[in-house]
Amino acid sequence: MSDLSHASSRFDPVTFYKALFLLAVALFVATPLVATVLGGFKSLGELRTNPFGLPLNWEMEHYASILFSWRYWELLRNSLIIATLATTLTLIVASMAAFVFAHVAFFGSKMLLSYITLGLLFPAATAILPLFIKVRDLGLLDSYMGVVLPQVAFGLAFSILLFRRFFKDIPHELLEAALVDGCSYANFYRYVTLPLSRPILATVGTIAFVQSWNSYLIPLVMLNSESLYPWPLGIMIYQGEFSAEWHLILAFITLTILPTILIFLIAQKHIVAGLTAGAVKG
Amino acid sequence: MQAVTLASPAPDPRRRSFDASGKLTVALLFLPPAVLLFTIFVMLPIGEAAWYSGYNWNGFGPPRNWVGLDNYRFVFDNRAFGIAFRNNILIIVVSLVVQLPLAMALAIILAETFRGAVALRMLFFLPYILAEIATGLIFSFVYDGDYGLLAAICRLFGVEAPHLLASPQTSMLAILIVVVWKYFGFHMMLFIAALQGLDKNLIEAARIDGATRWQMLRFVILPLLKPAIKLSVFFAIIGSLQLFDLIMPLTRGGPADSSQTIVSFLYNFGVTRMRIGFGSAVGVILFVGCVVFAFSYKRWVLRDE
Repeated sequence: MSDLSHASSRFDPVTFYKALFLLAVALFVATPLVATVLGGFKSLGELRTNPFGLPLNWEMEHYASILFSWRYWELLRNSLIIATLATTLTLIVASMAAFVFAHVAFFGSKMLLSYITLGLLFPAATAILPLFIKVRDLGLLDSYMGVVLPQVAFGLAFSILLFRRFFKDIPHELLEAALVDGCSYANFYRYVTLPLSRPILATVGTIAFVQSWNSYLIPLVMLNSESLYPWPLGIMIYQGEFSAEWHLILAFITLTILPTILIFLIAQKHIVAGLTAGAVKG
Repeated sequence: MQAVTLASPAPDPRRRSFDASGKLTVALLFLPPAVLLFTIFVMLPIGEAAWYSGYNWNGFGPPRNWVGLDNYRFVFDNRAFGIAFRNNILIIVVSLVVQLPLAMALAIILAETFRGAVALRMLFFLPYILAEIATGLIFSFVYDGDYGLLAAICRLFGVEAPHLLASPQTSMLAILIVVVWKYFGFHMMLFIAALQGLDKNLIEAARIDGATRWQMLRFVILPLLKPAIKLSVFFAIIGSLQLFDLIMPLTRGGPADSSQTIVSFLYNFGVTRMRIGFGSAVGVILFVGCVVFAFSYKRWVLRDE
């Protein structure tokens, strides 16, 4: 299978072209990212003369001025609150519903599941104006909850499907045995299903968190006060203020994508498993 | 018979209290939060979009000014909507013609295990995890005519730096490059997951029968990957239809509406001007597009699975 492993023994042109191709794509992907991180350490003048290389002298003050500003931490705090609320709510609501869909057959349960699955087919943007009216009429405009609830609602279909598939794989004999022993369905969920479901909780939780953390349109429409803005809204304002001072903007971008990259490095296995779940078995 | 009944220690089911296993309780307690949230924040707004789209309404007071299908006519008569529609088609075409083959080629190389393969997979997947807003800002730096990376490369070759984002002729080209940069890694991961789930015996059998690399790819691997390819095409099209976040930091739909997408058109012409009826009509058009596509795709393409 592995063509590259015996590449050292004999020159293989196919292997060579493969390596060249990989290198080209890697440069295409990595260059903008590396230049962004390094750009935050350069002066504006150096950015122009030396955009790719390491900084000639590392200027720490751009990063420092952002890290010591109230603004940066306020944006992160808002994003963290919104994403944490959205993740918690998604995990609770979706896992409960998926438990019923996986284990309790009742009249119309199939129809109800297809109803919720409809949510997979269209994005929040299609209904953004009525959604705004709805959130306003509920008195949730310009509040964290006005952002969180629509985010959770639009992510529910995907989360429920992921949970349900996992719950269905828990041996049915386990549930039957527990019921014979007098355990109720609710207790089975609480004491058997959830403890067994750590991998899928991590997967759904990470995806919900990253989606909420990155989300732009819903907070853009629902929030008015800058003090409640999550970072994607804040960084757009920041860019508007410092439009030509790229070294500052690059430092700000780096500091706001850093949490995403950290989460990714820690939880990449879960993210990839969840997002590609459909590919292995339709 | 009687003896059996007497000897049986099992409790009479009628003597157990109603719903002792809590089956009914759990259904009545566990389902409503999800169903309510979904109904209130997803299905009702979609229905209301259809209703609001018949009014000329700025959102204050109840909608009164019924205009029938006028909003739809205004949408279709709008020059920017035509551009947006064309751009969405363009994004779909590029996703299918450039991004999918690229993702497939990388997946076939990186599904094998060699030193660095996992690291490269992660690197290529990383852009997908980044926020669209951050990606857009990074690339507005890359494309910047004075400080950008592209300008630096041009200076290296003594060519005048193009302002890709500032010209109606090139703004979409610039956005399409970012779209490929950001999303090919996701499709690559789909294909890698599918490749790893393949039956190794089939590939081994083809190898023993003396299939060349090309024959192997053409007659063994690609046919086996068909389900993953169909799924990837589905995601690419649904994703292309909702492209918005990337557009905002790069061009906001400009210059002269040249890089508008349907959702950025909805935002720029409906949301910012609080034209609820008009914006809802755009939303309904997009909704119908997504749903008709999804159902016909399911009916015609995914019917075997």
